[in-house]
Amino acid sequence: MQTIDLRGVSCPTNFVKAKLALEEIEVGETAQILLDDGEPVKNVPRSLKAEGHKLIGLKQTDEGHYVLELEKAEE
Amino acid sequence: MSDAKQTKIDLGNLKAGGFIKERGKDLFTVRLRVPGGRMSVSRLKKIAQVAEKYGGEFVHLSVRQSIELINVNYKNFDFVVEELGEAAQKVASCGARVRVPVACGGCEYNPNGLVDSQKSALEVDEKLFGTTTGHHKFKVAFAGCPFDCPKSATNDIGFQGAIYPQLDMQACISCGLCAKSCVPKAIVTGEDNKPVFSDAPCIWCGDCVKVCPTSAWSEARRGYTVRIGGKWGRNPLVGTLFATFLPEDKVVDFIADVLEWYKLKAEGLGRIRLGDTIIKEGPQALLDHLRIRFPEFTVAETIAPQVIATQVGK
Repeated sequence: MQTIDLRGVSCPTNFVKAKLALEEIEVGETAQILLDDGEPVKNVPRSLKAEGHKLIGLKQTDEGHYVLELEKAEE
Repeated sequence: MSDAKQTKIDLGNLKAGGFIKERGKDLFTVRLRVPGGRMSVSRLKKIAQVAEKYGGEFVHLSVRQSIELINVNYKNFDFVVEELGEAAQKVASCGARVRVPVACGGCEYNPNGLVDSQKSALEVDEKLFGTTTGHHKFKVAFAGCPFDCPKSATNDIGFQGAIYPQLDMQACISCGLCAKSCVPKAIVTGEDNKPVFSDAPCIWCGDCVKVCPTSAWSEARRGYTVRIGGKWGRNPLVGTLFATFLPEDKVVDFIADVLEWYKLKAEGLGRIRLGDTIIKEGPQALLDHLRIRFPEFTVAETIAPQVIATQVGK
């Protein structure tokens, strides 16, 4: 599974970087997106859902950041 | 005076106001009617032409989303009205009237919008614009969601789009996104990572519905949260809650009902705003009046508009 590390990247750059990274993977594949707490974890999952991707889950790590798992949708 | 040319102006154009005296001799500001701040590009072009021809070197963007032409000579009023009319652009109002409603961008392109604030602003503008109150100005604002960019509660009536969420536990995959998205912590994660909802902290923002990957969260009710009696200016008041989940198609009737009460109760009180009238009469009086026609949407009880301490003047 591909990991897209968006820690330390603020809105809306993180969302645009996620879009660019998702262009590189196949439809139906899953990816892990690492997001900071606060605005990023509040905004990015919602925006990716609105783009049509299938959100699978969200887990907080011991270090404090979040891991969003999603399945890439059709373009 | 016999050879002086008499200036002719169609006074009918001035009926709703919108022509505001400036400092300079003969000069007026012409406030344009832009409900909800939505301006088509073609109208914008026409306004630019008219401003260039009859106005000053700039226009002013008012705090209530109007474009104001400045330095317009009163002798040109008829031409300004006529030429703006070619692009269906009308002049706004001033004085003791229902003003042009303001609104956020709405829900067609703004991902936060829950209710079509633009549609409501247009409808209220069409049906109630310029209605004389007999007492003071009357401002209306529409926010599409509880983030409330238009600051709805600082208006005589403020509407805030809202949805009440409901959960289909079968469809929930325990992903935890709703609890993380819920700023007021109305949703927390319980056993098996399933969401637990409590009603009291919920502000009806719908973030849970928007983020939920499986549509386990959906809307049970949709409408406007209505606060009444706000104003800004010298002695600011924040409006208080009178109705919840008011359907979009009842907005005009609801405002008309508030206006009816205001006209009646402010009689003899001079130039008084709605909020101060509510403070004088007590909020229950208005609430009881509204409950007759809107029993399923009015709240059980409310409080008077809240005074904001400006710390200047006593």
